[in-house]
Parts: sequence; structure tokens; C-alpha cells
Amino acid sequence: MTTMTTDVLGAPVRRVEDPRFITGHGRYLDDIKLPAMTHMAILRSPYAHAKIRSIDTSAAKAAPGVVAVFTGADIAYNPLPMAWPAGGASGIQNNVNTPRALATDDVKWTGEGVAAVVAETAAQAQDALELIDVDWEPLPAVTDAEKAIADGAPQLHENAPNNRVFDWQVGDKEATDAAFANAAVTVHQRLVNHRLIPNPMEVRGDIGWYNPGTDEYTIWMSSQTPHIQRLLLAAFVMGVPEQKIRCISPDVGGAFGSKIFCYADMALVLHASKAIGGRPVKWVEERRESYGSTIHGRDHITYVDVAATKDGMVKGLRVKTLANLGGRLSTIGPGIPTTLYGRILSGPYKIPAVHCEVTGVYTNTTFVDAYRGAGRPEATYVVERAMDLVADELGIDPAEVRRRNFLPPDSFPYDNPSGLLTAVNGSKLYIDSGNYEPAMDKALAMAGYADIAAKKAEAKSRGKLLGVGLSTYIEVCGVAPSKWIGAVGEGWGAAMWESSNIKVHLTGKVVVTMGTQPQGQGHETTYAQIISHELGIPMEDIVVQHSDTQGTPFGYGSYGSRTSNVGTGAALKAAAKIREKARRYAAHMLEANVEDIEVEGAEYRVKGSPDKKKTIQEIAFALDLAFDTPEGMEPYLDETAYHDTPNCTFPFGTHVAFVEIDQETGNVELVRYVAVDDVGKKINPMIVDGQLHGGIAQGIGQALWEEAVYGDDGQLLSGSLLDYALPRAEWLPSFELDETVTPSPVNPLGVKGVGEAGCIASTAAVANAVIDALSPLGIRHLDMPFTAQKVWGAIQAASGGSGSAKGGEA
Amino acid sequence: MIPAAFDYTRATSVEEALGILASDEGAKLIAGGQSLLPLMKLRLAQPARLVDIGRLPELRGVSKLDDGRLSVGALTTYAELMDSPAVHLAVIRDVVPAIADVQVRNRGTIGGAVAHADPAADLPAALLALDAELVIQSSSGTRSVKADGFFQGPFATGLAHDEILAAVILPAPRGDAGSAYASIQQRASGYPIAGVAAVVFVGAGGLVEGAGIGVTGVSDHPYRAHEVEDALVGTTGTADAVAAAAALVVGDREVSADIHAGREYRAAMAVVHARRAIEAALARAR
Ligand SMILES: Cc1cc2nc3c(=O)[nH]c(=O)nc-3n(C[C@H](O)[C@H](O)[C@H](O)COP(=O)(O)OP(=O)(O)OC[C@H]3O[C@@H](n4cnc5c(N)ncnc54)[C@H](O)[C@@H]3O)c2cc1C
Repeated sequence: MTTMTTDVLGAPVRRVEDPRFITGHGRYLDDIKLPAMTHMAILRSPYAHAKIRSIDTSAAKAAPGVVAVFTGADIAYNPLPMAWPAGGASGIQNNVNTPRALATDDVKWTGEGVAAVVAETAAQAQDALELIDVDWEPLPAVTDAEKAIADGAPQLHENAPNNRVFDWQVGDKEATDAAFANAAVTVHQRLVNHRLIPNPMEVRGDIGWYNPGTDEYTIWMSSQTPHIQRLLLAAFVMGVPEQKIRCISPDVGGAFGSKIFCYADMALVLHASKAIGGRPVKWVEERRESYGSTIHGRDHITYVDVAATKDGMVKGLRVKTLANLGGRLSTIGPGIPTTLYGRILSGPYKIPAVHCEVTGVYTNTTFVDAYRGAGRPEATYVVERAMDLVADELGIDPAEVRRRNFLPPDSFPYDNPSGLLTAVNGSKLYIDSGNYEPAMDKALAMAGYADIAAKKAEAKSRGKLLGVGLSTYIEVCGVAPSKWIGAVGEGWGAAMWESSNIKVHLTGKVVVTMGTQPQGQGHETTYAQIISHELGIPMEDIVVQHSDTQGTPFGYGSYGSRTSNVGTGAALKAAAKIREKARRYAAHMLEANVEDIEVEGAEYRVKGSPDKKKTIQEIAFALDLAFDTPEGMEPYLDETAYHDTPNCTFPFGTHVAFVEIDQETGNVELVRYVAVDDVGKKINPMIVDGQLHGGIAQGIGQALWEEAVYGDDGQLLSGSLLDYALPRAEWLPSFELDETVTPSPVNPLGVKGVGEAGCIASTAAVANAVIDALSPLGIRHLDMPFTAQKVWGAIQAASGGSGSAKGGEA
Repeated sequence: MIPAAFDYTRATSVEEALGILASDEGAKLIAGGQSLLPLMKLRLAQPARLVDIGRLPELRGVSKLDDGRLSVGALTTYAELMDSPAVHLAVIRDVVPAIADVQVRNRGTIGGAVAHADPAADLPAALLALDAELVIQSSSGTRSVKADGFFQGPFATGLAHDEILAAVILPAPRGDAGSAYASIQQRASGYPIAGVAAVVFVGAGGLVEGAGIGVTGVSDHPYRAHEVEDALVGTTGTADAVAAAAALVVGDREVSADIHAGREYRAAMAVVHARRAIEAALARAR
């Protein structure tokens, strides 16, 4: 009998979790129903900025089915932690204000929670909410970052004069100024990277349960980071010992970053459960509610200046960004527009001098934090628009400008000038690898870029404006080496390693337990592929577990495309430990020296005597029964490993978007999309394609349709899916994907990660395409999203018409 | 998304439903629930009693009248309409796929769409252009009204509280007719920013002998643009004639504005889509 198993590493294996997801057997937060469970509803501020004079809950308390009503005054917990201030060498001042479980004195945005009702049913909780009477004192509001820092703007927090959270900078100011002083050409542009609402298919929710018998808390949460939440809730919010809290993430139906954070509702359900004597308390946000209870993303206003030579070599990049962080800070809000944005602004280009200033700003809007790509789409948008502006200014083809500025393949590891370097401890991050031109050439060939003039002429004959746009991006994957991200001074005071435990049971079946936390990415498949490859055990004999702080080793969770770089490293190490122990035991069983045992797949053989062999299943069986164990060897194949990646990984690629614009309506149609991505080696190419497809669609959504719109009074006008436009499959062409493969030297398998690449690249590609299409009209820049009305307005204005791009002048 | 409490009666006959409506001020009909339930879940509507007419067979189905016209029962869903002889009217073929998605079209009814009278509902534009008739029943009898004039304001119609819309009468297909619907959708909701339905009758020599133009999304209720019809009739439907007629589609009506489309843009889109709908209708008639 052969024990060889098909090697599944790198194969497009179907996702093992899909049957349960697509047959309705996934178990999401709201599917969980506990005995004696109560339901919580939260009263949210109708004002963007107001003082709370008083709250009368007496009628609500008397309403049918109501178990308890809470206001902020009832809850002694600390405000939520802010774990990643803007940091750097010179010690940046962060003026921190974070939410409380419920707001106490004032509210800073529409949707901030002020009171909570716990009732027997969700309907009763909802009904009672309407009986709570809040005496409000409305205050003037400001929603735009530029207006918020201006003189005379409404002030949100006493400790943040002019609504500034921080002023941060990176790069070499003098060298950048010198580059501009000597520049042959300079271009300048104001860019708005507008606010987005994450909208995962499953909204957030929690169930809190206090066990009076053990004085322990359990919380089920739709979260990307159960381990971190236990730490934050215990140490920072509730003042409860860490071992007294257990966090469980069930199946999570999408997150896009929005479920990384420590939210007020988490503390609230735990407080409530204890206050009512230990009945579980469930809260699930409604879709509209989530627009004020879960973070938003992006929202930058940026002034970019580019200095270049006459032949398009970029010599200096100067960037000033206002990052709107909302009414209070979310868990890592300030880290996103600084570390994950400013430090990678130079992208795949050799730009000798870069300087970036970022000001974090409080406004009367929902708090802002990491949303898929988190800082990197914003950075990519700046540098990719900059490349097109230079090309336009000089009349050089945009692909050629990029080609001239690319880092050559012998640059790596590359120490970029916008400061991946952290000054503390001298710990440095490098761009680990790259080979940008072949990916671009392949994409241009696929796109038929050479014939673009003919394509434009053909579209014109149909009355359409055709535009083509490029985005040659890099992604930073695998956030991150603890030495870098955790270095005191960079801000984030935590480590970022990952963990894995592998048990090979007596029957030869394997349980792999990971500290990472899937939200739909297919971890249960990809880790099983890796472990199957490493141990020679069939995939169907391997189950992958995660998501419960009880029974899984500590892990930092999944975001920042870190699972396949950091998590994989831990799994490989744990597998190596298993293999090593199995090898030692095989030597014992086969009466050979350990050095003489060679391993192939599941087989442990004596060198030179191929018949003398044991399978890992036989070894696991014997080592589990353990009646014949050599001196000093512990029973059982059970190993845990921790992995801290030495560096981030840097996928890259070229995306090419084609749009056609209907001049009469301004409607933009994406007609073709070509992408060549280099994500290194692939664990499962089908899953990689899936991540790319979803990410590309998401980035296109930002460029063309999605936008969180606030009225001047701070009301969210795009307050539901009736007004917030998510991309739909029918609006998208079939994406044409291809690859180049430059294995990462950082990761043992050569993989890099792919979770965010699609949306980092696609927004800029589509934006550049739209502006290219409009360029014959003399239009040089237009801010996203390119809604039909906005494009029509720009066309009207450019052609001397009276059209205005403004909406809602009602 | 939890409605306020309400009572519920499933009507077993039209008479029963009419009786409840006549005696209970707080009663509200529910058919497919596609408009009413979302409003209730947002607590924007809080009817004390729902009268479910969803299973009344006498209100369902499409039948041919003696004069060749089609009687579309109010409970006919969009999906059923597309499976009926009504698809011989090109404007119906155009308009139904522009409405919502498969799930909504499987549940949403024609009667519900008309009675709800959303200012941006697609179907009313087609009914106005087709000069459809509405059959309305109450305890005191049955009456018929033209679609033109029925839509009076946002969510306001000529239906009284104690009346049920029983059927919509569509004209018989004609050999000299052509019709079409053109719209631009608000991307989030899928409702039209401006939608125009056109029906034209073209006689010998290409002369436009009659026209019906229905407009939705543009002002606070769907309307019939008689000005455009008048300008079109008597011409041969040249590009210039069509453009000149289409330019009259808004007239001095108050145009709606929101974050997706300001007045100027919405008005411009009404003109563009009036022209496109008329041109497509003419092409089909010729
Ligand atoms: C996701 C979604 C997307 C949509 N997109 C579009 C779109 O793009 N374009 C568009 O035009 N529409 C759209 N709609 C609306 C849809 O067309 C209507 O909701 C549907 O046709 C209404 O029919 P119903 O049977 O569901 O009505 P109900 O919701 O049951 O009733 C609606 C109203 O009509 C009254 N009513 C119902 N039947 C009668 C009757 N026979 N007599 C008197 N009163 C009656 C009810 O009392 C209620 O006030 C969308 C709806 C949804 C949910």
C-alpha cells in the first residue's frame, strides 16, 4: 500500500468551507442562540454634535419585556483604548479621545450610542428605545477635515485645539525642497480620496455572557481579532484579569478591516450581562445602524507636488494630507494614514526625495480606521495620479513615465526614501523584492496598449469617450515584524507574530489550530494544503481551527494581508517540529540513527533500506499509545510554534482599466479590466484569483460609485444602501488576470499575500482611465467617485455648458 | 429593522378586504410587501392592521378582453407580467427588467407598484405612455380611471382609503405602434433618476399620428408629458423634430433634487432619455 498523498500545495483545490457557507450551514454570530438570552438595542444620537443634558429612561424601563436600561453614567469602564498613535522618531503628540461604552456628556457624530435597552425579545428592545427621552443641546458641526482645522470651526475636544489629532511627518524635507528648487517641471494637484463605508455582508454583533459561578466573561463577536479583543477589553476597558475573558469569533461573513477593532458594544454586552445577573445579551447592528456604529475608511484631502526632469524622471514628491479620523479615535485610526500611508508613498518608483506631512483631524463623522488596503490604496492613488499628471504635463506616455521611474530589479532589498526605516533600535524594513517591468509589459500586451489610439477612434465613432488607465502598484503584506511595528516610537505598542499548533491524533487525523482569524478568505483550505504538503497527510484528514481564545494559541488575527506571510510561517514551523519529533520516533521504531531517517511525504525511511519505513500515521499511533517511548521523549505528536516575520512582503503588478463615457449622460462604463499581479508563489491559485476579483471590484466601487456623503449639519445623507452604491456583478466586465512570479525571499514558501492587492491597485487604474477619457476635453483631474452627474458636470463645464457637478441643491 | 406591532388579517375575498378597509381607518392593504415592509421595518409606516390580499385569485392573472385589450390583475407580479401577452408591448419588455432584481420582480405586484406611487417607480411611466386604465373597486362599486391624472404627488394617488385597485387595462398591441422605455438609474437604489416611456403610432409616409409620453423620477410624481406628444404628432419624427419635442419634457414642473442628481442634471437626463425613448419607439414602429 502506498501512503503517498497527492501534493495539494499550489493546486486550485476547492474551498472546504464553501459547502457549509453556500448551503446555509455557516454559523454566524446571529445564528447563535443561547439559553435565557436577552436582546439589546442601542439608542443612537440623531445629532452630529450635541451635549446630553439629561436622559430619561423611566418609560423605557417600564415597557413590556424590558430587563434593563443603561446609560453611560451606569458604566464605570474606561474609554476604549487607542492602540496605534501616530508615531516616529521625534515623539508625535497625539490628542487622544476615544469612545466610551455609551457616550456620557456629549456626542460627536450621528450614530454614537447614548443608551441601551436589554429586553426579552429584539422587538421589545426596539420598541422601548422609542420611549427614551434625551434632552439634547445641539452644537454646530463640522464634517470636512479642511474646514475643521480652519479658524472659527466648531471645536470637538478640549485637548485637541483646532481639531488636530496629530501632526506627523516623514521623509527628507530639505532634500525634497532641493529637488523642487532644481526641478525642470513641477506639477501640483489637490486630490480627495473620499470616505467609504465597509459594508461586509454580515454586519457586526456580539453576545456577552457573564458567568456568576466562575466570575468569567465570554463574548462571541463577529471579529477579525478575538485574541486582541480579549487583551484590550481586559487590560484597558473593563479592568478584568485577562484569564477571566474568553473571546470567540464564529464564522465571520466579511469584514474588510472593519472588524479588527475594539468597539463600544463589546464592552456594553459584557457589562449588561453582568448587571442583569448573568443572562446572555445579544446585540446585532442593523445595516443603517452600522453606518454609525462601525468604522468608515479613507477620507483624505491631499496636496501633492511632483518635481521631475524634462524626460519624466521624478526627482521629488511632496505630499500634505489631512486625514479625517471622525469624532473620536478608533483602535488604530492614527496608524493608518501615517505608518501605512506616508511610509510607502514612493511605491515601486525610485524617487530620490520624498516628504510627507499628515495631519489627523477630528470631525463630526463616524470614526475612521483600516478599510481593505488601509493607507496603501490612498498612497497608491497619490503616486499613480502623480505619474499620470507628470505624463500629461510632459506629453510622455504614462506607461513610459512609469517604466523610466521603476526601481530596477537589482535594487532589492530596497530602503525607500519615505521611510520604511524606523529610527528606533535601527530596525529597518526593506522592500524585499520586485521586478516591475515584466509585469507591466505583460499587462500592456494583454491590453493591446499599443493600439490604444485606434480603440479610442472606434469608440468615438460610436459617440463614446474611451479612456485607458494604468496602476503599477505595490502592496505591503504581512503586517508586520514586531521589531518594526511594535518598536516603541512607531506608535503601535504591540507585537505582531503569529502562532500555530498541530496535533496528529492516534488515528492519524490532524487538528491545526491557528491564531489567525478568517472572514471568508478560505484559511481552512489553504492551511490544510500547507500542512498536507508538509506532513504528507491527505487534506481530508486535516481540520483547521481558529477563533476561540480558549484552545487556540494567542494570535494577532487577520488583516493587513498578514495571514499567508506571517500565519503560514507559524504553520510551517509547527509542521517542522512535528516532522522532527516523528523522525526521532521513527528512528526508535526502526532501530536506526535519527540521522539515517529520511522523510518523504508521510514516509520515514531508513537511508539505503527503503523497505524499512514507518508512516506518520503509524508513528502517531505508537507515540500516542506511548507504551514504547524512548527515554526523554514525550508522548503525542503535538507541537506549537510562533513566527515573527523578518520583514513585510511586497506584491506588485500592473492593472489596466478601460472605460467608456457616454457624453450625454456622463455615465462611465468599465468595459475591460486587465491585471497582472505578482503575489509570489501561490498556495491556492483559485483563492488568489478570488481575492483579486473581490479586491478589484471593491476598488472599482470606490472609483465609480461608492461614497459616504455628509450634509453640512453632519447627517449622513448616504445613510443606507438606497443611497450608498456598492458595486454589482452586472456592472463589471470579466476580469482578465495573469501573473508574474517573483518569490518573496522573506517567506519560506515564497508567498507574499494577496488580500488587499486588488483594491490597492484598481481604484487608481479606473481613475486614471476616466481622466484619460476626459482629457480630450482639456480635463486634467477630477475627484472620485466618477458618478454620472459629476462626469456630466465636468463635460458641460469643459465644453462651455452650464452644467454643474453639484448635487442636492434642493 | 423590526416593525412596530400590528394586527394581521388575511383576506379571503375582495369583499372581505373592502369591508375591513371601510370599517378600520388604521387598516392597510399588503400585496407583495416589497414597498410596504421596508417602510414598516424602518418604522416610517406603522399601520395598525395589515389586510393581506396576496392570495386572492380574483385579483391575479392577465386576461384578454373582448376588444383585444389586456386586463392585468392587480396581484400580477412583474415576473408574471413578463410571462403574459403583455410582452407584445415593447415598452413593457423594456421597463420590467429595469425594475429592481429577480427576487423583487417575483414578489412585487403591478397593483402595489401603481398604488404605492413612488415618484420614481418605473412602471407608471409605461402605463401613462400606454394610456392605461385602472379598475378600482370599493364596497359601493367599481370605477375606471385613466392612469393620466391618477398619480398626484409623492405616494399620493386617486385611490381612496376604502378602495382596492383591482386591475390595470393595457391597450391591444397595434401594428402601427412602436414603444420603448429609456432611463438612467441611481446606482444605489436602482430607481431611475429620470425614466421616460414613449409610445408612437406611425402612419403612411412616416407621419407620427399619435404619441404617449410617460415620465418618472423627475418630479414628485410620474406624469404624462402632453407637451412632448403634441410637438411630436404631425411630424415625421426626424432627429430634429424628436429633439425639439424631447426638450419640452420637463416644462415648468418642479424638478426633484438629491445627492445623486441635482435639478439641472435630472432635467437634462429627462430630455436625453425622452429623446432616446422616442427614437427607439419610432425605430420599432417603422
Ligand atoms: C430591493 C428593491 C428594489 C426596488 N427597485 C425598484 C426599481 O428599480 N424600480 C421600481 O419601479 N420599483 C422598485 N422597487 C419597488 C417595487 O417595484 C414595489 O415595491 C412593488 O412593485 C410593490 O408591489 P407590492 O405588491 O410588493 O406592494 P406592497 O409593498 O404590498 O404595497 C405597496 C403599497 O401599495 C398598496 N397596495 C398594494 N396593492 C394594492 C391594491 N391592489 N390596491 C390598493 N392598494 C394596494 C399597499 O397598501 C401599500 O401601500 C424595488 C423594491 C425593492 C424591495
